[in-house]
Amino acid sequence: MTTTRVAAPGDTADALQHGRRAPRRGVAKHGKATPWFFLAPYLLLFGTFVIAPVVLGAWISLHRWDYTLPGKPFVGLENYAALFDPGSIPFEDFWNSMRATAIFTVGSVPLLLVLPLVVALVMNTKFPGRNLFRAVYFAPYVLGVAVVAVLWRYLLDNNIGLVNYYLGRLGLPDDTAWTTSTPAAWIALVGVTVWWTLGYNAVIYLAALQDIPRELYEAARVDGANAWQQFRHVTVPGLRPVLVFITMITIIASANMFGQSYLITQGGPGRETRTAIYQIAEVGLRQYQMGSAAAMSYVLTAALMVLSVIVFWLFRERKSS
Amino acid sequence: MRTTTPTRRRRLGAGALTASAALVLAACGGGMTPEDAAGGGDGESAEFTGEYTGPDIELSYWNGFTGGDGPFMQEMVDQFMAEHDNITIVPNTIQWADFYQRVPAAVNAGEGPDVGVMHLDQLATNAARNVIVPLDAVAEQLELTEDDFSEEVWQAGIYDDQRYGIPLDVHSLAMFYNTEHFAAAGITEPPTDGESFMAALDALQAAGYEQPFWMPARWPGHLMFLTLLQQNGGGAYGEEEATFGGAEGVEALEWMRGMVDEGYSPSDVAQDSQYVAFKNGETSITWDGIWQINDLEESGMPYALAPVPTIFDEEAFWANSHQFFMTKQATQDEDKLAASQVFLAWMSEHSADWAGAGMIPARESVQEEGLAGTAQEPIAALLDKVRFLPAIPGLGQVTTETMEQAVADAVLGQAEAGAALEQGQSQATELMAENAESFGG
Repeated sequence: MTTTRVAAPGDTADALQHGRRAPRRGVAKHGKATPWFFLAPYLLLFGTFVIAPVVLGAWISLHRWDYTLPGKPFVGLENYAALFDPGSIPFEDFWNSMRATAIFTVGSVPLLLVLPLVVALVMNTKFPGRNLFRAVYFAPYVLGVAVVAVLWRYLLDNNIGLVNYYLGRLGLPDDTAWTTSTPAAWIALVGVTVWWTLGYNAVIYLAALQDIPRELYEAARVDGANAWQQFRHVTVPGLRPVLVFITMITIIASANMFGQSYLITQGGPGRETRTAIYQIAEVGLRQYQMGSAAAMSYVLTAALMVLSVIVFWLFRERKSS
Repeated sequence: MRTTTPTRRRRLGAGALTASAALVLAACGGGMTPEDAAGGGDGESAEFTGEYTGPDIELSYWNGFTGGDGPFMQEMVDQFMAEHDNITIVPNTIQWADFYQRVPAAVNAGEGPDVGVMHLDQLATNAARNVIVPLDAVAEQLELTEDDFSEEVWQAGIYDDQRYGIPLDVHSLAMFYNTEHFAAAGITEPPTDGESFMAALDALQAAGYEQPFWMPARWPGHLMFLTLLQQNGGGAYGEEEATFGGAEGVEALEWMRGMVDEGYSPSDVAQDSQYVAFKNGETSITWDGIWQINDLEESGMPYALAPVPTIFDEEAFWANSHQFFMTKQATQDEDKLAASQVFLAWMSEHSADWAGAGMIPARESVQEEGLAGTAQEPIAALLDKVRFLPAIPGLGQVTTETMEQAVADAVLGQAEAGAALEQGQSQATELMAENAESFGG
């Protein structure tokens, strides 16, 4: 690593005074404030749009906070207690929504880790029309959730949709209620999400694949490794840092799923596919119970933080013995 | 987004002229000052002339007419501005679903509308949240009285002994039917009661229309349920508790599910698909809101409209109403108050044009003019049969969370009607108690 030395006023004088001394690193000379100046623009934005809302959210979660009413009584931990009290009103709906979030995450994350990798591996080989296919896989990601949802809502409609129609033409069951019954609704939601977001992960994989030095593959081939062994011992280790990143963002994105179930299934049948974010939006924005919604979002955050620790632990660098 | 810039610029120019003319007149001692015109700031002014003579003013006007009704509203607004040089209406059209989230937040932040339109079943909620202000004085100024409205719609704008809404229209559930299918099945008159309705369904099936009446699980499923419940002598809500889960409700919901069980409807009808199926000629009858009229007209399909048949004993059907509201933003400023009153009075008087949007104007004095020959005309005669939800704050959300869920579950066959309604009802009662507590405090 090279260090770029920044000259400071007084440097020269110093140097003259102390004669031929090894040049010191610039930063130390500038006082402790310098790094903060560099960070200031970011910290300002981070403070305003992340830290402040986080603190305010925590404050709100301790109140019965209806922003249209003058009184916002302080209730301490009541909102949290209600979430863990089976007899309370929010309890059942909230944990149902957490379960829905978990089902969706467990269903979608593995597919969103494996399928894009397969796509990326294929796209990484040389074949005619490769760029076209890369574009084709990435294209759905460009669409907004509203477009995707409305499109699939009609395609998946069990009575008038094309999906059942073509399944019927293939001689498969053509009366699956894709949006109004479980588990079909889950399959539909996961399927739509995978179709929609697969391209993004694939692009990241692709970039990572192209970063793996060719020499490693050559060396592996010289050692007699077959395609699988090359994948297992060169590709996978080469992808490890990117894999942690993709796993984390995919888990977080899946845990924050909202638009698909809001627009495709309306949380139905019943409240089966109503995710945590959906429930939080419903409670906070439509029922004006901001305090309860804020408490829910902190419980969700805590769950996600625990999950990230587990993921980092699973992907930790293991000391090679 | 709708842009009004060119029109606005023209109005502003013209408005400036009028305003200076008014000022000159006022200076000569012959005119009326804005203060006189507007009267007191609290709406208790002495005289309403129907004119606004104050300085040029912009009124922020929010509504949710995003569908086939939007162009009609815009036309009315344009015409109003053409006739009133010194008032500029700045419309903001937001989907209804978002509208009810944004209006309270915006008003709270002081960025809300001066005037707007909302559904009758949201008035109480927004009144309790101090989003909108009482309009008794305004109604008095505009000389609007119950005489010119059906009692139901006039009374429905009242919450806590005060009027919060000036009715613009009534829109209800109605029966749409495919006239070609009816002709093929040899049905000459639209069915009016349970017996003739079932006979019509059988005739349609015999004519080869296997599934003539699709039963939606979601919207407008709960509107059908409310209609049937009231036809069966039930009511959805009491003052303090939900009552839709009683025997009348169970019977109504079982009838709905029965349409699926007896094969008149396919199972698992997803949202919107019964309407799409009707538009495509796949199903013969659908019960939907009269706001679909323009959409059906445009699609060119052969359809006609009739009141929802009386399946049970009582002639009744679900309806809602668009009502004008004002916020304190308008009433705190004398000029804005005066201009808002002029706007509301004008819109109310010209509501005959609003029939073009597929609605029924609320004022009886303009109904004849606006409704002649429209598709919704047959419904207008039955305005005393419409049933609104009671004016209890928070009821809209309670209905979404409980009744709609119960109806959907039962129609989809995932729960028995009785069990679904019982659960929905007890939850609704709990939510109502919670609401009463937060609004009472």
